[in-house]
Amino acid sequence: MSAPASTEPASVADVAAGLRSVGYLPGESTALVSYLATKLGKPVLVEGPAGVGKTELAKALASYLGRELVRLQCYEGLDEAKALYEWNYRKQLLRIQAEAAGTGWEAVQDDIFGEEFLLARPLMTAIASEQPVVLLIDEIDKTDQEFEAMLLEVLSDFQISIPELGRVESRTHPIVLLTSNNSRELTEALKRRCLYLWLDYPELEHELEIVRLHAPEIDETVARRLVEVIGMVRDLDLKKPPSIAESIDWARALLLLGVKDIDAATFNETMAVIVKHRTDMNVVAERVGLKLSPPAPAPADVA
Amino acid sequence: MSPEGGARGASGPSSSGPEGLPARILELGEELRREGVAVGTSELLDAFQVLGEIDWTSQRDFREALAATLAKSQEDRRVFELVFERFFFRAVEVAAAREGIAEQSLAELGELSEEELDALREQIAAALRDGSESAMRDLARMAIAAFARRQEGSGVIGVDVQRIRRALGLRAEPQPELPPEDPRHDGLPREALRRFEALLRRELERSQIERTGKLPPSRPLGELDRALPSGPLADLAAVHRVVAQLRRRLATQGQQMRGHRRHAHVDVRRTMRASLQTGGVPVELKFRPKRPKRPEIYVLCDVSTSVTSASVFFLSVLHALHDTFRKMRSFVFIERISEVTDIFEHERSFKGVSERISTDAGVADISGYTDYGRVWSEFLADVEDDLHPRATVIVLGDARTNGRDPRADIFAQIAAKAGRTFWLNPEPRLYWNYGDSVISAYEQYCTAFECWTTSQLEDFVRALTRPVVSA
Repeated sequence: MSAPASTEPASVADVAAGLRSVGYLPGESTALVSYLATKLGKPVLVEGPAGVGKTELAKALASYLGRELVRLQCYEGLDEAKALYEWNYRKQLLRIQAEAAGTGWEAVQDDIFGEEFLLARPLMTAIASEQPVVLLIDEIDKTDQEFEAMLLEVLSDFQISIPELGRVESRTHPIVLLTSNNSRELTEALKRRCLYLWLDYPELEHELEIVRLHAPEIDETVARRLVEVIGMVRDLDLKKPPSIAESIDWARALLLLGVKDIDAATFNETMAVIVKHRTDMNVVAERVGLKLSPPAPAPADVA
Repeated sequence: MSPEGGARGASGPSSSGPEGLPARILELGEELRREGVAVGTSELLDAFQVLGEIDWTSQRDFREALAATLAKSQEDRRVFELVFERFFFRAVEVAAAREGIAEQSLAELGELSEEELDALREQIAAALRDGSESAMRDLARMAIAAFARRQEGSGVIGVDVQRIRRALGLRAEPQPELPPEDPRHDGLPREALRRFEALLRRELERSQIERTGKLPPSRPLGELDRALPSGPLADLAAVHRVVAQLRRRLATQGQQMRGHRRHAHVDVRRTMRASLQTGGVPVELKFRPKRPKRPEIYVLCDVSTSVTSASVFFLSVLHALHDTFRKMRSFVFIERISEVTDIFEHERSFKGVSERISTDAGVADISGYTDYGRVWSEFLADVEDDLHPRATVIVLGDARTNGRDPRADIFAQIAAKAGRTFWLNPEPRLYWNYGDSVISAYEQYCTAFECWTTSQLEDFVRALTRPVVSA
């Protein structure tokens, strides 16, 4: 990477403006907590429903601060070898075979446990990096508790011990974001070390702004109506409520169709963009579709 | 420290103890702990550190910064908001009362003419539409002053708030009878309306404190724990939320167990195959994945009127968790027993299930009262051959026999044949064994749980899916 000039924000307003400049519109607390994270070097635990921009926040922070983003995607059964480091066995074997038979064990051993044979995984990369990075540990709730415990060590001291090599200490202080969908309680110990940020669906005005940013050509009244409808849909009891990304997709779809107003007919046609479950579609059509039939074009002719 | 007699006694937050912000923050932490938020010393240290970094003259930043360090879950955050509002409101009021500062009185406003009142109405509606907080606060005080003079306050704050709101004609619904330029014509934003009501409430509280010169006693927040939905279809959304949460929790829970014993069994075949890459040297060991035990489950649910909503709810939870179990058969009973496994396979909605159970199952005979003795013998006859030590039997019922013979001996036979037997009682433990409840007769053969809040239900499901240690 070309190591772009990294920025140091001086105030909360700086962070808010910076995130805006890279296309992420932060809410009040988002900017504040991000600022605190850069200042205090504490990890941030970001929780919230799917699709409110948790991962996006990390990306935006990285690009605003001019740092590289290192991402560790968690999944069931993730272990140290996949998260920290691993020895490159194959290369080691090749090395041994390439050696002349005469070489002593000591020499070979010194040889094959060098940095050359180490495969750095995300956590290791983040810690060993020359430049400060943003480390994103995504969906931490998918891993098991042992992994969480291991993470505690890494996050509090920012160092990793490799028995054969010694300790790798961080040269710079990474900004760490952990995201969680709240599918299990995280341990108290982990929470204690983090700042907490709850990201919820944005308020109407805020979402309107986001939609306008990503679909600038959209008509003002359509955009407002769209955001209101999305709000209505989210209030229903759905399997998967529409995320921010889906509002943006919908805005773009409406733009392509050249829609002037969201009435019941348009809504029913384009609903598939925001509602992704068969059963949800029925519920939404029943509850929201009917409410929409506006007085202007054809009043109440939608069954 | 009792809630009454502590730092927050009748005399209020800052009249005892040291002065200054640090002391207030510690008190806030103390108050949060009292409401059940786990605030440790390290959290408080973080809070102070954070306050050093921000400009805490802005109330919003101040609150967000404290929230980020003190409240570490959504639930905690909700409690935090409530406690924060209450705490600082009271702290300010106490300080004001001590210093003898009163809000500039609006008494000289005098009697407003009808036109002036109309202007005030419109002004308030405009402020609500624009959502400007400070304007709303000022107008709330004006409104109180204006309307409190016309009729005596009822003394109950909630009543007064609603009375003032109605008098102002503030509604979320559109009011087409008003002229189109009136902000109320298209209805007001619900959120702003809620804020305005909160401001009214607060201003009323403030003037009450000013009048009486002392704080009303602080009450702990209400019981936040939700009970299970009581009506059959009471709160469908809440039910689904609980179920979705449970399912996600369980999905990861099996995984934890898998992690524990990952190193137990080497998968020789996969190891050998992997070794081909390294010239036949088994460098990388492959382990056999450990799957969590999926028990076979037999559920017996009482659906007599006394427990029906709890049963149907419980059955639907179990069926939502269907994937977690290897095999599951459900029965409902009142006087007789009837298998309803099919209904759940085909009906996905909660409503449909309860309708079909009430029409198709045919479990009520004559009296409509539960007959446990008969149920046990029918159940045993039905599934005796299928029961084996890996099977789990769950009974959901209040164990009220209506005076009939409990036949605990047959129940003991069932329990002996099955590996585990659980009893879920939707009544609080306090009522067990009172009246015709005979739970103690059954309890010696099974593990009994009380189950009337969602968290209790979650505890039970966790116990259920915990892998059996043996075999």
